[in-house]
Amino acid sequence: MEILDYAFMQRALIAALIVGITAPAIGIYLVQRRQALMGDGIGHVALTGVGLGFLLNTSPVWVATAVAVAGSVVMELIRWYGRTRGDLALAMLFYGGMAGGVMLMNLSDAGSNANLGTYLFGSITTVSPQDMTTIYVLAALVLAITVGLRRQLFAVCQDEEFARVTGLPVRLLNLLVAVTAAVTVTVAMRVVGLLLVSALMVIPVAAAQQISRSFAVTFATAVAIGVAVTVTGTTTSYYVDVPSGATIVLFAIGLFVVFTALAAPLAKKRARDAAQASRGCTLEVPGSRGATDDVSVAG
Amino acid sequence: MNHPLPEPVIDLRRATASLGARPVLRGVDLTVRTGEVVALLGANGSGKSTAVRSVIGQVPLTGGELALFGTEFRRFRDWARVGYVPQRTTAAGGVPATVREVVTAGRLARTKLGILRKADRAAVHRALELVGMADRAKDSVNALSGGQHQRVLIARALAGEPELLIMDEPMAGVDLASQEVLAAALREQVGRGSTVLLVLHELGPLEPLIDRAVVLRDGCVVHDGPPPEAVGQHALPGHDHVHPHADAAAEPIRTGLLS
Repeated sequence: MEILDYAFMQRALIAALIVGITAPAIGIYLVQRRQALMGDGIGHVALTGVGLGFLLNTSPVWVATAVAVAGSVVMELIRWYGRTRGDLALAMLFYGGMAGGVMLMNLSDAGSNANLGTYLFGSITTVSPQDMTTIYVLAALVLAITVGLRRQLFAVCQDEEFARVTGLPVRLLNLLVAVTAAVTVTVAMRVVGLLLVSALMVIPVAAAQQISRSFAVTFATAVAIGVAVTVTGTTTSYYVDVPSGATIVLFAIGLFVVFTALAAPLAKKRARDAAQASRGCTLEVPGSRGATDDVSVAG
Repeated sequence: MNHPLPEPVIDLRRATASLGARPVLRGVDLTVRTGEVVALLGANGSGKSTAVRSVIGQVPLTGGELALFGTEFRRFRDWARVGYVPQRTTAAGGVPATVREVVTAGRLARTKLGILRKADRAAVHRALELVGMADRAKDSVNALSGGQHQRVLIARALAGEPELLIMDEPMAGVDLASQEVLAAALREQVGRGSTVLLVLHELGPLEPLIDRAVVLRDGCVVHDGPPPEAVGQHALPGHDHVHPHADAAAEPIRTGLLS
């Protein structure tokens, strides 16, 4: 394969693969606790980190990670303490993060509008060998948390109150989800860009749950979809010369449509199987056994 | 209460709590002892839900004292001994989950780092069988009826093999068949010596199991004793006549007519 002859393309494909795995892996918990757009918010905040990185002449990825983590912790705190004004506080954080990033980047010498674009929409072919090290480390962390703590995170995201009563450290686990999401955002930043990061966290999960009944299968399918769209999207962008981030997200939406179309016939088949299994109607008497039992009068 | 009593599992004294500016509990005393089955009754807004939610630490007390299993609430960490069934909203999150996955979450407190051993899987299976949902273990909770949903939530609490079971309106909106299953599951649990605190709107099919009823009105206890004979509106004060149920070995007639 000619595409693999170039070192930058090898890096691009590996980065794409890693993002395809990690983004849905944390995204599923955000979707489960109905915070699908949290990744988007973190992406906005991370932009301030990128701007700050340029201004300070340090690695934008690490500063973006630090700022995104701080932003996600603030969002989590707002969720705990803020009740009615929570959504407005989050809006402040999102737009403040975006505006701050643009402003800081403009103030720095190295940052330019062209540079801004690569962070907003991704620029996968510019991933450097140093970036790769960062991506490996962060991705390992994300996977260790999302897979290693899956039962705890499932319990917390499914029913927070119940999780508290079982004695799980709910606040700590919630913080961990937020921080992991922030880390994933910065890992995915170079691949799909800060504005499209959330799409990779949410769309593969949304597509997977069209056809699955269990959390475990949704998780595995979402990761498979994530990998499929990031790798094919990156490859396509190499051959056709289209932006990788947009290609990946459009592929993901395409798969979502396909899975949704598959869902209706699949549900029908399952209903048919279930009907076959129970072989027609049986009279259900509450609290007693089926009406087909042998009749006996003795108590 | 002038005979020798077993250790209190729940000991709530002079508890006050408010939701916003509104005082919801205004000095509630609630003691549940080992092996007892206590029903907390009252009309909507009487504070019964708030009272149980304060027992499990979900509503902070503004005054009074609370101890669980003889340990002051602030120091209590032994949550594996407590099984909680929340008032039914839904067991479903934003992602599909099977019945078994949801019930397994109730076993976490008994595992180390969330790693399931054979005994844990067996406990989950037992809990599913107890509520008659073992054959639906692989189904999505989204596909269940209200009553089945509630059975799943109860199985989740039972999976941890709790000594104290706290249920908030377990029969609300539950079909008759599920009510019978739940009553049977609870009977089995009580037979094993579990302590149970139930919030109920009315006694219904659980009546024969209940040792004692505590009736709340406007955040105050207005009755603490044998379950009032009549249910529903008649469970309210003014109607809290004592009836000779305690020594009646015969099981009361269950009409199954709830509402």
